[in-house]
Amino acid sequence: MRGGGLAAPPARRPRGGGRAVAAPGGRRRRAFWPYLLVAPTLLATAYLLAYPLLRNVVISFQHFGMGELIRGGAGFAGFANYATVLADPQFWSVARRTLLFTAVNVVLIVVLSTVVALLVVRLARVLRLVVLGGLVLTWATPMIAATTVFQWMFSSQLGVVNWVLVELGFDGFRGHTWFADGPQTFAILVLLIVWQSVPFAALTLYAAMTTVPHELYEAARIDGAGAVRSFRSITFPVLRPMFGLVTCLEVIWVGKAFVQIWVISGGGPGQATTTLPVYAYQIAQSLHRYDLGAVVSVVTVLLLVLALLFYFRHIFREEAAA
Amino acid sequence: MTSGMTGGMTGRLARNLLALLVFAVSVFPVYWMVLTAFKPTREIQAETPTFWPSALTLEHFAAAVRAQGFWSFWRNSLLVAGGAVLLSLVVALLAAYAVARLRWRGRRGFLLMVFIAQMTPWEALLIPMYVIARDTGMLDTLAMLTLVYFMITLPFAIVTLRNFLAAVPAELEEAAQVDGCDRPEAFRRVVLPLLAPGLLTTSLLGFITAWNEFAFANLLIIKDQDDRTLPVWLSSFSNTFGTDWGATMAASTLFMLPVLAIFLVLQRNVTAGIAGGALKG
Repeated sequence: MRGGGLAAPPARRPRGGGRAVAAPGGRRRRAFWPYLLVAPTLLATAYLLAYPLLRNVVISFQHFGMGELIRGGAGFAGFANYATVLADPQFWSVARRTLLFTAVNVVLIVVLSTVVALLVVRLARVLRLVVLGGLVLTWATPMIAATTVFQWMFSSQLGVVNWVLVELGFDGFRGHTWFADGPQTFAILVLLIVWQSVPFAALTLYAAMTTVPHELYEAARIDGAGAVRSFRSITFPVLRPMFGLVTCLEVIWVGKAFVQIWVISGGGPGQATTTLPVYAYQIAQSLHRYDLGAVVSVVTVLLLVLALLFYFRHIFREEAAA
Repeated sequence: MTSGMTGGMTGRLARNLLALLVFAVSVFPVYWMVLTAFKPTREIQAETPTFWPSALTLEHFAAAVRAQGFWSFWRNSLLVAGGAVLLSLVVALLAAYAVARLRWRGRRGFLLMVFIAQMTPWEALLIPMYVIARDTGMLDTLAMLTLVYFMITLPFAIVTLRNFLAAVPAELEEAAQVDGCDRPEAFRRVVLPLLAPGLLTTSLLGFITAWNEFAFANLLIIKDQDDRTLPVWLSSFSNTFGTDWGATMAASTLFMLPVLAIFLVLQRNVTAGIAGGALKG
């Protein structure tokens, strides 16, 4: 399969070219020509995306543990795996935690990036470039680099956060171990994800805000509207689709967040920071219950599809308008 | 914010202070990473941290580079990200051309598929990907990782290249065809040079995605530790460096360097692309 996937594109290029020579001018569009061009994409998507998605669903309906992984021959399980997962109180507490985690992050991200975007619009040139530069730098920071720095900043010995807190008079934070406490680890993960996500959202909203016609604000000012009212009656209504889009993207992004949580806490301490993607991974990797892990993945995908539907409604309106 | 709209002196001052706060908060972690990487060890271990270095040292970078397997992790990351990007560039260019220039039945459906693929929650496909890799004997191979990254970057590459292609006037191509070029030749001679910024942007952004990817690299490469990529190695820094934060931060800085360089390169191209209307929509 690897050979097929790798060899297909170069093999198709000259062949496609050869056909075009046979149809000089290309004015008469041959029916097969576009299909030949998209064939590599279709093949790749079929094998590397559709098949894994399908396989995930299939595994969720099988008895699939360590033995089946090695020997194959997984038997049909019907809805047994779904029943097991849905009857497990732990699953529900993880699901609730995922919703809470997503909600807290997304609300913070959207509110903060709106504030930042509104601020940047109103800044003088130099300071605006400084803030935008800072946001781009944060945006460019690789996730893994960010997680190691956060671990360093919050480390119990020599961590800069503990030092600042002690300096501010909170003496209890001397040598404080943040990652031993569930809610505190949760809070640090929220901080990390919000810090990483605000730049993209703020830059997008800022770019959108610069497209709002200036006359609208002028008119509102003449009518005596303050900052809050002109945001509520102009900025928000005009940029409503944009806010919707950013919110949807962030819901998806936070809902499927795995790396930050896995690297920083592994879902712990205990289960304090286990969200659905981490939970699926834990079940599969440490318990070797690939079937149950697949069930959790399927549920996660279904939840994210809900967020996606909103996103696509937007995309298609855009496409239709373009 | 309310005081901001009054436009008075206090309003402006409050705004500027808030702006500086936003800047400080967004930059501090990166600053702290780079600073720690260059700080002498005695300053890192001092009770009172210094926020401005009294002396700079390269010892942590030396420690990071000397760490076991460092170069093979770099090579692996470069190979996997580079291979994935090349592959997705070629495949995406073909598809983007079909979507941007040709009319055919199923074009809309194809685009919808690409948009959906772009939103794939890849983290939810870890388990089936692991099982498939195992079934096909591709577990612990960089080729599998390359294929996965290729697929992760492909939809984005198609969408971006399609936008760049749409910005190149079709008349140029037709004129070349009137002058006796066939379609592929017209494409190669006329469109491809104009598409260079688009190809660069697409490949570099794809490269960043593949360069940063952790979850699949962590899952699909298990047995042979020398086949790991940089993100996985960095995530297990405590095994390598213990609590040597200087070396850890130096390694993180080195890891971030290519990404930062790409952002600097793209800054000009992306701006040019936006100016040329290439990125609209």
